Amino acid sequence: MLEIKNLHASVEDKKILNGISLKVNAGEVHAIMGPNGSGKSTLASVLAGKEDFEVEEGEALYNGQDLLDMSPEDRAREGIFLAFQYPVEIPGVSNTNFLKTAINEIRKYKGEEPLDAVAFLKKMKEKMKLVNIDQSLMSRSLNEGFSGGEKKRNEIFHMAMLEPKLAILDETDSGLDIDALRIVANGVNALKSPDNATIVVTHYQRLLDYIVPDFVHVLYKGRIVKSGTKELALELEDKGYDWIKKEVEEGVI
Amino acid sequence: MQQVIQANLKDNDNIEPVFSHFETQLNGERSSAWHQKRKAALEELKSLTYPTTKNEEWKYTNIAKVLANDYAFNAPSDLTKEEISKFSLSELEAHKLVFVNGIFREEFSDYSSEKGLHILSLKAAYQAHADLIEAHFSEIASTKEEPFTALSTAFAFNGVFILAEKSAVASKPIFILNITDTSDYPVIAQPRNLVIARENSEVTVIEDFVSVGGKPAFLNYVSEFKVEQSAKVDHYKLQNKGDNNFYIGTTQVHQSDKSNYNNTVATLGGGLIRNNLNILLDGEYCEAFMNGLYMLKDKDHVDNHTMVDHLKPNSYSNEMYKGIMDGHSTGVFNGKIYVRQYAQKTNAFQENKNILLSENATVDTKPQLEIWADDVKCSHGATTGALDEEPLFYLRSRGIGEDKARALLMNAFAEDVISRIKSETFKSHIETLISNRLENR
Repeated sequence: MLEIKNLHASVEDKKILNGISLKVNAGEVHAIMGPNGSGKSTLASVLAGKEDFEVEEGEALYNGQDLLDMSPEDRAREGIFLAFQYPVEIPGVSNTNFLKTAINEIRKYKGEEPLDAVAFLKKMKEKMKLVNIDQSLMSRSLNEGFSGGEKKRNEIFHMAMLEPKLAILDETDSGLDIDALRIVANGVNALKSPDNATIVVTHYQRLLDYIVPDFVHVLYKGRIVKSGTKELALELEDKGYDWIKKEVEEGVI
Repeated sequence: MQQVIQANLKDNDNIEPVFSHFETQLNGERSSAWHQKRKAALEELKSLTYPTTKNEEWKYTNIAKVLANDYAFNAPSDLTKEEISKFSLSELEAHKLVFVNGIFREEFSDYSSEKGLHILSLKAAYQAHADLIEAHFSEIASTKEEPFTALSTAFAFNGVFILAEKSAVASKPIFILNITDTSDYPVIAQPRNLVIARENSEVTVIEDFVSVGGKPAFLNYVSEFKVEQSAKVDHYKLQNKGDNNFYIGTTQVHQSDKSNYNNTVATLGGGLIRNNLNILLDGEYCEAFMNGLYMLKDKDHVDNHTMVDHLKPNSYSNEMYKGIMDGHSTGVFNGKIYVRQYAQKTNAFQENKNILLSENATVDTKPQLEIWADDVKCSHGATTGALDEEPLFYLRSRGIGEDKARALLMNAFAEDVISRIKSETFKSHIETLISNRLENR
């Protein structure tokens, strides 16, 4: 589904990604872990098409298409979803109106008729239940005045509504208490299918207790320095990142 | 067919014969007290010159092109009732008064007085309420050092007079439609309004400005509002004019204790527009709202000058002006807040935000706060910049195309101001105009 080859990217001349290669197949869950400043969020943003980053080298293929050549909206329309680490507050645009617009823009791209009001509402109700999100957040301005937890839950709600093929969760666990974490994870798990894939970017192992990854990758100084299975995450939980940093400094990995 | 009188405003000597001709229409009123005010205003005008950009208050608005034309003071128009009906917002339930080239057109209008609410054309009002006009006309808006107000006062004849008696609540808004038709002549139009809202009364006044024809039009427009104790006045203005249209207008408001005045100006186009909004908070526990939205393109120019003067303690003023500027448009915001020494416990807030969509658009913004009292809460701020990238990316990353995402964000930006309009029908009319503009950018 996604194949990243030797990806290099920088922001304002500062090199952040130093040759990342990663392959994600349908049905898989990949976790990308790493210490602060290792480039995790940059990778997520580059995949979603944020223009602040300059891709200097390498490529990313999404279902065989050149992903890096696509506009952010076309990536979304092709099924990529980024759950933001810091969801943006947009005063004056209601959550519902936003979702209706997004869904219908995606449908238009696919040559489908817009969703009628009844079908849209039905879908909203169903997905709201899935992430246990309050009805009152629907008519409010997008993320405006939402608590940290409400914002993250809203991201997963958007994901449920848009039904992406490749979901990238950027530190969705940060700032969540354990109950909220469980709800968010349940939502993600419920949306999992053999046809879609998930990339979970996280600093802590905690989320991975609930969203169990097939593969874990450790990002450090802009490259993947170690890959493994979920046991690697547990090892990191146990030992921290220092041993990885040490191995990198010593040239072992 | 009466003779069309044309004159250039640049030289005040040109005005004398126009005034003499104007006087011939006044029949028996030439000795009236009202007419003495006109004559005094003419004398005032003759002692003044029109401002240039050397004048601090007109630094960014060059009126040379306004003064460059020979305007017809009484230009005829062939517009029919049917043609006018497309401007008169059929969906809006209101008392409607129509002016074409500044002349009141009873046959196009549809209004009636209600219990305690008197709506008359200004000249008709002078028959019925001469005492009120003599007492208030030109008393709220001063002609001193104000050549345009002096010009308006000298020629005041057409306009709307509204009197809401004590505790009268208007059942529907009063909609004043100003059309300039420059098919045959460059036109000057000078309607003049006087609104008196007595104690506890409530009225909504909507002023709409449209233009037809390709020649220049100059609207010199003055409205005076007397908002008495506990009265409530909502006042909306919509300016959607062509690039050959010039508008210089003053809204002068006097507020007494516990009164509420809510002003929203939406400007969607115009060659040169200068809006002066002056509010005197001459009472305690007053509330004054000043809201403005300007969405300009091409070479449009709008200059919003507002002034709120807190004379007494415990009043509240809130100002929010927002601009979306495209093309080579230019905008000016100048907001003055005065808090006099006696006006303790004043709350005054002011905000001006601008989005520049083009590298060639400019805004000059000057918030001014002068406070003599020591126990007040005041704030002001101004921002100008491109549309924020973060929200734009957020929307796009969920599948919304760039143009649509921009339109959504700008709509939201504008809605902040427009949502302050309480007349649902008029609000949705403006919203439609804004959406169409954004979609067809």
